[in-house]
Amino acid sequence: MAEYVTLAEQFAQPRQQREADFMGMYVFLGTETMLFGGLLALVYAYRVIHPQASAEAARHLKIWIATANTAVLLTSSLAVAFAVLAARHGKRRIVVAGLIVAMLLGMTFLGLKGWEYLQDFQEGLAPGIGTPSPLRAGPAALFFDLYFVATTLHAVHLTVGLGLMLWAALVVARRRVRLPGQAIVIEMTGLYWHFVDIVWVFVFPIFYLARG
Amino acid sequence: MTAVPLLTPEERGSYLAAGSTLRSWLLSTDHKRIAILYLLSITAFFFVGGAAAGLIRLDLISPTHHILTNEGYNRTFTLHGVVMVWFFLIPSIPATFGNFLIPLMIGAKDLAFPRLNLLSWYIYAIGGCVTIYVLMAGGVDTGWTFYTPLSTLYANGHVIAAAAAVFIVGFSSILTGLNFIVTIHKLRAPGMTWGRLPIFVWSHYATSLILVLATPVLAITLALLSAERLFHLGIFDPALGGDPLLFQHMFWFYSHPAVYIMILPSMGVVSELVAASAHKRLFGYWFVASASLAIAAVGFLVWGHHMFVSGQSRYASVIFSFLSLVVAVPSAVKVYNWTATLYKGDISLDPPFLFAMAFIGLFTIGGLTGLMLALLAVDVHVHDTYFVIAHFHYIMVGGAVSGFFGALHFWWPKITGRLYSLVWGRIAAILIFAGFNLTFFPQFILGYLGMPRRYHVYPPQFQVYHVLSSAGASILAVAYLLPFVYLIHSLRHGAPAGRNPWGAAGLEWTTPSPPPRQNFLTPPVVTQEAYAYPVSEPADG
Amino acid sequence: MNRLLPFWPVAASEHAAKVDWLMAGFSVLCFALTAPVFVLLALFAFKYRRGSMADRTHRPSGNVLVETSWTVIPFLLTLAFFVYAANLYLNLGRAPADSLVIDVVAKQWMWKFEHPGGQREIDDLHVPVGRDVRLSMTSQDVIHSFFVPALRIKQDVLPGRYTSLWFNANRPGVYDLRCSQFCGMDHSLMVGRIYVLNPGDYAAWLQRAGASGDLASQGKALFDTLGCSGCHAPQSGVRAPSLDGLFGRPVPLADGRVVTADDQYLRDSIVAPNRDVAAGYPPVMPTYAGEISEEDLLKLVAYLKSLGAGPSQTAPLREPSP
Repeated sequence: MAEYVTLAEQFAQPRQQREADFMGMYVFLGTETMLFGGLLALVYAYRVIHPQASAEAARHLKIWIATANTAVLLTSSLAVAFAVLAARHGKRRIVVAGLIVAMLLGMTFLGLKGWEYLQDFQEGLAPGIGTPSPLRAGPAALFFDLYFVATTLHAVHLTVGLGLMLWAALVVARRRVRLPGQAIVIEMTGLYWHFVDIVWVFVFPIFYLARG
Repeated sequence: MTAVPLLTPEERGSYLAAGSTLRSWLLSTDHKRIAILYLLSITAFFFVGGAAAGLIRLDLISPTHHILTNEGYNRTFTLHGVVMVWFFLIPSIPATFGNFLIPLMIGAKDLAFPRLNLLSWYIYAIGGCVTIYVLMAGGVDTGWTFYTPLSTLYANGHVIAAAAAVFIVGFSSILTGLNFIVTIHKLRAPGMTWGRLPIFVWSHYATSLILVLATPVLAITLALLSAERLFHLGIFDPALGGDPLLFQHMFWFYSHPAVYIMILPSMGVVSELVAASAHKRLFGYWFVASASLAIAAVGFLVWGHHMFVSGQSRYASVIFSFLSLVVAVPSAVKVYNWTATLYKGDISLDPPFLFAMAFIGLFTIGGLTGLMLALLAVDVHVHDTYFVIAHFHYIMVGGAVSGFFGALHFWWPKITGRLYSLVWGRIAAILIFAGFNLTFFPQFILGYLGMPRRYHVYPPQFQVYHVLSSAGASILAVAYLLPFVYLIHSLRHGAPAGRNPWGAAGLEWTTPSPPPRQNFLTPPVVTQEAYAYPVSEPADG
Repeated sequence: MNRLLPFWPVAASEHAAKVDWLMAGFSVLCFALTAPVFVLLALFAFKYRRGSMADRTHRPSGNVLVETSWTVIPFLLTLAFFVYAANLYLNLGRAPADSLVIDVVAKQWMWKFEHPGGQREIDDLHVPVGRDVRLSMTSQDVIHSFFVPALRIKQDVLPGRYTSLWFNANRPGVYDLRCSQFCGMDHSLMVGRIYVLNPGDYAAWLQRAGASGDLASQGKALFDTLGCSGCHAPQSGVRAPSLDGLFGRPVPLADGRVVTADDQYLRDSIVAPNRDVAAGYPPVMPTYAGEISEEDLLKLVAYLKSLGAGPSQTAPLREPSP
């Protein structure tokens, strides 16, 4: 595997560099976990303080779109996992194909999410957009505010992930990155994408499923 | 002074000679150059924050006759807090000395991610520019704590821009912490086991853990605050069922560990300074090393002690009070171990030693008054008074800033290759210690008498203590300026330092001063424990 | 001398004296723990200075027994103080049942007080000496903090929530009241005075301050003018819960929880009626948020409390949610 690795001067051997890259990514994802963790802890606290209003508000979210989106995102992670596997075996075309499938699914997610937002806006659930729904008062409004903040923050991360995959697909396709020696590029992109996916797995139940 | 060469051979081969264009500095990925960039920028902010402090002390000389308006006063102390906490104290030791020394101490060529290191300096610089914008645009009037609903609904200042500045600089902290963690794990030289790491490295490891785990919580909190102010959300607005106390919980979940971000690196510095001055192995190495990790861990569980009178559950307060007493234990362990290290030592009474003693004295007073604050009934009385102000200045200024100056005086010869005047160094250390105590000790009394913090107009019976405090502040100002005179003088006129002017143990003293671009002429292999005194090689000249 | 250079604040209650003793005792402990450190630092720095002839054989570099003892012993000593301090603190949350209750509304930058007899004051508070006084406090805007140095007590005052504090001043006199939570431009001018009066003086003051009916009857008038009785009166056609004897009673809610009808619950039920709906009743009550001032809310609550009280009336310090 080490044959094509370009070794940075601060490292003594390729294995050390690879381990450092992985560790750096994991620490970064730990940071991201605390970012979303803080937000979701707040959401949870408000659910405990205002159980009825939160459940009532949750019933107005579009659970079928979100469920479909969950499936879309999990499938995209599968495609990325294939891309990573292919990268380790030097299969360039499969890597590019896997990334393209994942990107298409990621964009599908954003499209569905946008469609969902549009309906939310029409119903007046968002702050300052359209005629406010009767639910935009008191704790239910609080729930929607947090819902928009959390899903937007997730969408921003997802967009960054799409950008990363686009870049990775381009450099692999143009052979600027050699496989399998530099598979680390795909592996890191994949880790980030899986993380974005896992965040959704927490965002989805806390907003959509806890409606009773 | 004999004739001093303009450039020593070591200097000609050093990282300093690797290019003199602006570009060679601004695009350098050398951790040593980035450390210098940080040193210059945090020093600039130290003077900005210091100027605000001077203005505050000047204004408080009289209880009612003021230079500033009430609003102007509020904006000045907010600026002082924001600049000193996020643009000086948090990056101070890690981003400069940590950056410079960690690779040298563990025998590495650089940090694990050199370009990321440069990026984090740029992020810091961008955050700094936003802060300067806030200052120019008229400032912000919430206090550095940004409490809601004052900050979201009532304040007139540039709250969002100030929050953005802190948000941005947070990413710089996170990237630095990430870089240190990976470097310490993966880039140690052959033979540099965990048990041979200098305490400086251990304490930076603990600091980095806090940086990467706590800072993102501040980021999301400030993002929510800004979104609330900008889009009129109700996340912390009681009128909508929001809870302002949740803001405080989230804010202190970061900001209490942030205190340890400021003090842990300083403790690491002092451990090095004490061992090097006594020329003796640090007493209780493993106790001191694990104390850092214990502080980092327990430090995450004590944030509620800022909220004893906020209306949080009284039983929660009891638990937070207990944990706050627990977190003091590892700090006390360090103080006792430093003292024991001096026993049967061979102590040079040079500036680094004096700064270390200043640190221990001031930090001990700060720590013990912290214990008083952890006692619930006492805190109810002195919470949000000058007692608290005095306490955390003893920790952050008496502790962290003394550590910073100690580090500056200890590693200056390594960084620049030149020796400074030891006499002036000793004078500066003593002046800082004296000026500091005169400034802040009266504030303990003021606080117990009932002088609330952030008061512009105050009862006339408190004036004596305020005048004492302002007099101390003027001594402190001179004492902080003094080192910059003789240190800058030494750059041109100081004698060449040689590899190891202090006769200290540690890998960084085995390489030329200033170090070459690659840090070591030959890759080091470690065969000894840390603080292996007496140093086998004679100190060369 | 004391006027020129005050060193220790007056203590005007038993609690204040206890806090002083706690502080003094703990200071002695701190001194005992640190004096050896400072003395040894100076001694070692002198004795073992470079070039001195001191004996440096058998240099230790660690000792587990020593480490353990200086870890454990100081900690155990502080624990004793912790217990005493926590006890005093918990006591601040347990006002005696028969306390004189005074309502406090804080706003930028003044303190407003309402006595049970209907007397109102701004920035000055008159209380009788030797009597338990409980303050039920809320804020109209930002967070403030009620701080009386002479009593060694302090409590944040929050918008949308009642916090409380109690004291028993044992020394007649005039004491400073200061806001200690930064609350905006004129924070440092948000000060007032507490007049602790002898029983005779207090009675005279109550007379002088006068009032148009006590707090509860003012609340009754509001209850009628706001139209509350339209639904909550027994003969009303709307199915709304009766409020007689509600205060202090457990209330089963529509979602299965049971809460106690304390000050906070009564207030929340007026400004956010759909938050905690009583079981068996439709959520039809409109919200009065923003339409009733905090002072009027206090009057309404006082009226509801006067409609017969349940078993427990102790300090309704609302615990925040986890």
